[in-house]
Amino acid sequence: MESISLSDLNYAAATPEIFLAVVAMVLLVLGVFQGDKSTRPVGWLAAIALAVAAWLAVHVAPATGQTPAFANQFIVDGFAGFMKVLTLLATAVSILISLGYAERNGMARFELPILMTVAALGMSMMISANNLISLYVGLELQSLALYVTAAIRRDTVKSTEAGLKYFVLGALSSGMLLYGASMIYGFTGSTDFTKLAQVLTGDAQPAVGLIVGLVFLSAGLAFKISAVPFHMWTPDVYEGAPTPITAFFAAAPKVAAIALFTRVLVGPFGPLLMQWQQIIVVVSVLSMVLGAVAAINQRNIKRLMAYSSIGNVGYALVGLAAGTPVGVTGVLVFMAIYIVTTIGAFGVILAMRRKGEMIEEISDLTGLARSQPLLAYSFVFFLFSMAGIPPFAGFFGKVFVFNAAIDAHLYVLAVIGVVASVVSCFYYIRVIKVMCFDQGTEHFDAPDPTIRVVLLACSAFVLLGVFVPSWIAGAATAAAASLFPG
Amino acid sequence: MTGFPILSLTTFLPLVGAILIVFTRGPEDFVAKSARMIALITSSVVFLLSLAIWFNFDRTNPGFQFEEQADWMPTLHIGYRMGVDGISMTFVLLSTLLTPVCILASWEAITMRVKEYMIAFLVLETLMVGTFCALDFLAFYVFFEGVLIPMYLIIGVWGGPRRVYSAFKFFLYTLLGSVLMLLAILAMYRQAGTTDIPTLMATHFDPGMQKWLWLAFLASFAVKVPMWPVHTWLPDAHVEAPTAGSVILAGVLLKIGGYGFLRFSLPMLPDASVYFTPLIYTLSVVAVIYTSLVALAQEDMKKLIAYSSVAHMGFVTAGIFSLNVQGIQGALFQMLSHGIVSAALFLCVGVVYDRLHSREIARYGGLVNNMPRYAFAFMIFTMASVGLPGTSGFVGEFLVMVGVFKDNTWAAFFIATGVILGAAYMLWLYRRVIFGKLEKPDLMKFLDLSPREVAIFVPLILIVLWMGIYPKSFTGIFDASVDNLVKTHQTAMAEHHKVDLAEIDSPGAGE
Repeated sequence: MESISLSDLNYAAATPEIFLAVVAMVLLVLGVFQGDKSTRPVGWLAAIALAVAAWLAVHVAPATGQTPAFANQFIVDGFAGFMKVLTLLATAVSILISLGYAERNGMARFELPILMTVAALGMSMMISANNLISLYVGLELQSLALYVTAAIRRDTVKSTEAGLKYFVLGALSSGMLLYGASMIYGFTGSTDFTKLAQVLTGDAQPAVGLIVGLVFLSAGLAFKISAVPFHMWTPDVYEGAPTPITAFFAAAPKVAAIALFTRVLVGPFGPLLMQWQQIIVVVSVLSMVLGAVAAINQRNIKRLMAYSSIGNVGYALVGLAAGTPVGVTGVLVFMAIYIVTTIGAFGVILAMRRKGEMIEEISDLTGLARSQPLLAYSFVFFLFSMAGIPPFAGFFGKVFVFNAAIDAHLYVLAVIGVVASVVSCFYYIRVIKVMCFDQGTEHFDAPDPTIRVVLLACSAFVLLGVFVPSWIAGAATAAAASLFPG
Repeated sequence: MTGFPILSLTTFLPLVGAILIVFTRGPEDFVAKSARMIALITSSVVFLLSLAIWFNFDRTNPGFQFEEQADWMPTLHIGYRMGVDGISMTFVLLSTLLTPVCILASWEAITMRVKEYMIAFLVLETLMVGTFCALDFLAFYVFFEGVLIPMYLIIGVWGGPRRVYSAFKFFLYTLLGSVLMLLAILAMYRQAGTTDIPTLMATHFDPGMQKWLWLAFLASFAVKVPMWPVHTWLPDAHVEAPTAGSVILAGVLLKIGGYGFLRFSLPMLPDASVYFTPLIYTLSVVAVIYTSLVALAQEDMKKLIAYSSVAHMGFVTAGIFSLNVQGIQGALFQMLSHGIVSAALFLCVGVVYDRLHSREIARYGGLVNNMPRYAFAFMIFTMASVGLPGTSGFVGEFLVMVGVFKDNTWAAFFIATGVILGAAYMLWLYRRVIFGKLEKPDLMKFLDLSPREVAIFVPLILIVLWMGIYPKSFTGIFDASVDNLVKTHQTAMAEHHKVDLAEIDSPGAGE
């Protein structure tokens, strides 16, 4: 065992995480004393704390290179900064849009925003993990908080079922991941990413056991990002969990898991590109195709969004499959745009109420364009963006990942990807058809002010899609470069 | 005019009008009325602006004019660049001319959701003009595919009974073609490091790669044109779209396909263009003959004109790939002529459709008796569609046939049969609708063209005759650019030929 000196700890690098942990505990104490009526202030405070943490995350990230902390267990770089901003802000917005729903549906418990903050802390740890052990710890912190939030409406069967299902399958995947990690440790003698990279470089013929470990590790991570064939939990959990929680699931944890996946594969396992590229290509193709085809027959908007998110993960993996700086840039740009679009879309779903009743069936959306134009048209923008139609932002996300695929000569993958995106267009424009073409006279409730603001902001982002790439691409390129030292 | 961003202004001014309409508030009647007015005024101003492009255009300059450049994604060498040459300039005018016409044509026909309708049309205009002005491939693609959104809504919201099916078919068909082109653009970007169109034109791509890129372009443009056998979305879309939607579809959107071949396939992929010419000839000949026969059998006026569009666009594709000056000039002229004539024919159908709400040919007959002005307008456009000398249709068809004949006699022979068949179905349509006895009671109370409708048709008639009688004012615009295009193509082919020979001569080749 090497001895660890205090200066190796480098607490400063983990300022955002330490800050979040402290805030979560303080808010917990506050909530315990104030009871459930403090949900709204706790929610706002948590959101503000998350925004501050996002700012801190940018602040501590070095311009170039990597800053290790806690004896190389934890690492801060441009990539971590970029992804943390996305996850933390997404969590903050998810908390804010959940408040109105929580109050109306009797789940206004102060634990909810705190659990989401803790989950965000776990995500932040995952993004910065530089060791298989710290990876696992961060992942489990996030997952445990998420299991509880899925079941937060403990008096409804659907919500508890979703939580239980998520927990059982999540535990299974964690087991696989841990098993893979132990295999990797056994065959290389280290869990440290930097050391793994050193060991694996120049290893012309990697041991079979190592590959098996890598496969198990990938399977565990594929579960977390709900990539096919590890996606089965997604539609059920998305449908069963309370809608704001679903919105949260679709946004922040996905980005964090993709970030983790990217860091693990291009970092320590970068030298094994030839081995894991095949896995990612297959998973990506399956996700895109299944996400496109299986969504066609969905009647429930949340299930539709579940399949849509499976498909979107497939597109992000196209960038990862390239395994190049261009590919990682593609992943970053794609996820940044995905997260805004997803939050916007769920904002609309959260606001779809008729006489106080939530609406989840797509066929019930008829006439939304007449009754609530803001909701309907912003949803139209988000759906076109997800379908990847220019000039909306989503198009540029797809351009970046497919550019990476072409750049890495993955032509077949790119062709399958674009064809799948055309198929997926079918169900996006079907929802648009229901909202805009079909006549309906029924009245919809007006959205909450918070949701209204979120919708306007997300719509502006998506509508000004043509300007988006120039904002994000620079930051994403720099962030991606930090994963490829030398 | 250097320095004054007239192209960007023409492109984005309609968007400003659309934003104005978005913020119109008040009672429904008032909103509808002001939406119509704003749309009409904006599109008219845009048309006047585009006239400035016409008058300031240097006809002897084969290159791009009115160029503008701005940073877009500087780190990736993707810029915003606008410019027109002889090939694209006329299409810009075609778009800006047809948009106010469409808005006028929908003045009374559209009573539901007028606000959204006008916004859709103005956005559509921005995207169309942008498509023709863009000198960056990615920017082109953004405009090109963006067109799908307003058109999807126009067909889907304001269309006929089977509008949903047609809108979906239109959207998915066109999208499937264009995403493959996107991959081709990315592949070209990978080699050239930029998406700047003039740079890409000067880049030589490996002939093997060219074939794949060319096929990807074909997937996109063939659907847009549309070429047989991927034309089936067009009759559906035309039949279900509101009149103005059909007008824009036939008048401008189909031309984007032909424009794409001329702007991208030919200059960027010269070897593959030569290689695939027989394929294009075959598809064009089939399109001309087959769809003309199909048109003969139609019972629905709009469907008939839709099929005639496919046949006329068959002339265009054949002309483009004859790869000589006459053929390409003819194709361009034919596109312009068809843009005006088919648009006008759809407007003619719209006139009677507004009165009877039926497109069935059998429901009409003898309209000459109570609608003489209408019969006259319809006659002019029918003759132009048939290709009667003195109208615009003749010049284009003639030039295309000369061009194709120079390259391939048999192709020219088969294409010429299209002219005869075209005369058959159009004259027959005219006879069934206009002539005969006025027997049906509901037709008797039809009123002749209103002043608004006259205002729509008169300029179109004048343009059709002008193009037919003095085509030089139009061919003069694209002369220099087409000459340049053909010359560059021939030099490129000659050079590659030389390179090939050198490879064969040099020892060690073919290892």
